Amino acid sequence: MPDNPVAPPKIKAAKKMRDLMTTYYLEALGAAQNNRQVAWITSGGPVEPLVAMDIIPVYPENHGAMIGSAKMGEDLCAKAEDMGYSPDLCAYARSDIACAVVKGGPIGGLPKPDMLICCNNICGTVLKWYEIQARYFQVPLFILDTPVCHTGYTPEIADYVKAQVNEYIAFLEQVTGKKMDPDKMNEVGRLSYEGQRLWQQVLNTTAHKPSPMSAFDAFFFLALIVTLRGTQIAVDFYKELIDELAQRIKDGIGVVPNETFRLLWDNLPVWHRLKWLSDRFSAHQACLVADTYTSAWCSALTHIDENNFLDSMAEAYTRIYLNIGVDQMAQEVLKMIRFYDVNGLVMHSNRSCKPYSFGQMDIMRIVREKTGIPVLMIEADMVDPRYFSESQMETRIDAFMEIVKHKAGRS
Amino acid sequence: MIFAGIDIGSNTAKAALIKDNTLVGTRVMPTGYHHLKAGTRVFEELMQQTGLSRSDIRTVVATGYGRASIDFADKAMTEILCHGAGACFLDPDIRGIIDVGGQDSKAIALDDQGHVDNFAMNDKCAAGTGRFLEVMANALEVALDQMGDVGLTADNPAKISSICTVFAESEVISMIARQEKRENIIAGIHDAAAARVAILAAKIRIRGPIMMTGGVAKNPGMIAALEKRLNQPLIISPYCQETGAIGAAVLASRM
Repeated sequence: MPDNPVAPPKIKAAKKMRDLMTTYYLEALGAAQNNRQVAWITSGGPVEPLVAMDIIPVYPENHGAMIGSAKMGEDLCAKAEDMGYSPDLCAYARSDIACAVVKGGPIGGLPKPDMLICCNNICGTVLKWYEIQARYFQVPLFILDTPVCHTGYTPEIADYVKAQVNEYIAFLEQVTGKKMDPDKMNEVGRLSYEGQRLWQQVLNTTAHKPSPMSAFDAFFFLALIVTLRGTQIAVDFYKELIDELAQRIKDGIGVVPNETFRLLWDNLPVWHRLKWLSDRFSAHQACLVADTYTSAWCSALTHIDENNFLDSMAEAYTRIYLNIGVDQMAQEVLKMIRFYDVNGLVMHSNRSCKPYSFGQMDIMRIVREKTGIPVLMIEADMVDPRYFSESQMETRIDAFMEIVKHKAGRS
Repeated sequence: MIFAGIDIGSNTAKAALIKDNTLVGTRVMPTGYHHLKAGTRVFEELMQQTGLSRSDIRTVVATGYGRASIDFADKAMTEILCHGAGACFLDPDIRGIIDVGGQDSKAIALDDQGHVDNFAMNDKCAAGTGRFLEVMANALEVALDQMGDVGLTADNPAKISSICTVFAESEVISMIARQEKRENIIAGIHDAAAARVAILAAKIRIRGPIMMTGGVAKNPGMIAALEKRLNQPLIISPYCQETGAIGAAVLASRM
């Protein structure tokens, strides 16, 4: 294995982002004292109406990622299992359910919700998970049901989801006792669109060789487009980040020293092993330049009408990556393979996330047939470290890189 | 010019020497706790056995789980690449490999030139590995090396439905309690393990001719169960256990 060369300078915006996230969580934790309401919402849920109505959105899934990164997943998952939940249940769900009871985790638990907003465009687990939390906290729950678009967006789906968007607004007006301000909604919609457009631009920078940042950085910078989507804060931050990345490109700074191989990642990160994985690939001069996960927060941009956000939102939220057919997912993966010009695909078969992991074998086959690039499948879990075997992972990654190098004629 | 390969597996340490593209000798011993000690000893014993000394060896490649511990090796390479190279050395026509070792099972697909094209490995679970068979052999009080022959005498193979080693063991124990014939239980165990391994082969759609490598390739019961599952004969080399070490030596010769 090659020696570790000098590490490139860190991305400066990371500190600002940490500060912004701290402020966001402090505000959310202090909501009750400031007479503001808190809504828990699923990661792919339509957050813009909440922002427009001055409700603070909080994301149990982002919290789950924090729990994973803080390596606190095992204890919380085990606690949920003690409570009677199956170890086969998603680790975000398990750690959130346990955290609500024991007030554990890196920030001592999320602020108590006043309402729960559940959109099943990301998975079916969230339905039962949010029902459990609605019973536990005794708060109203709104469910937005987005049918899977196997082949496309039919008029029936459009009518069905649009009707629910109207019910959603009515639900919020009833819980808050306030009317929604259409002008404010338009403004938030415009900011959300702008934020997503900028986030896509951030991700696009890694098409450059060498890549100024990696998917591991994207996993981190993602938090803002998830939690502060629809705010000026996210827009301003991503503009700054783009400037910094553009400067890195200009200065020829690559995040992986001597970047020789470029890889694409599929599925959620292994939150508790980010650094380990990053180091392991870097040691092979391989950079994970892009991933299918972080682009989920901008992939539906084409369906959004920035001047008529509320009406176009139904389609945009229904047609996200996890809510389309496997053939379409494979097309997205192939597009990314070409755009980022990668030498290999690393697929994380994620024990927790069934909708993401289901279909990976087919995508793997399609990618191999259409591109011939090597594909690695690794088994792990995004939060629960008990499904991770370090020596097995090492062998797989090393063997995969041996094949990548051989195919690139550099073995 | 002589080249050496050392394969530190979870159960056994193997060493192989090749000269002018022919095998000079191989050696196998238990790995034990200390990877480097095992690697050094198996290497030294093999040199003694072949009447060679360290200065005769041009390059050493280490592989297997303990590959990083072998500090005197010139390079560490994964067992996937080494099994590919080893199988091709033993039989250049090979296009698929099933390797079942102590704690790993894997399927490897080779391209038309005999290079590794793709692979699939078992997940963290031990079902379908040598360890699984060892646990079962203990529960059934049969020597591991006898297990294969005993299983072949089954008249009505039992059905093991558990996919987890721990659960499968309790299933076997309840069969013992029901006084199922030992040979039938063993045949059922082989079939359960073979089913797990066959999934790996299907995952990457390996082509024949297929060679089976690893210590478990010495078990005729497992071979029969796998051949049935894969619907084709398996090629078994007398060096099945040392294939990884041989491949490491082959790769050392190409450095």
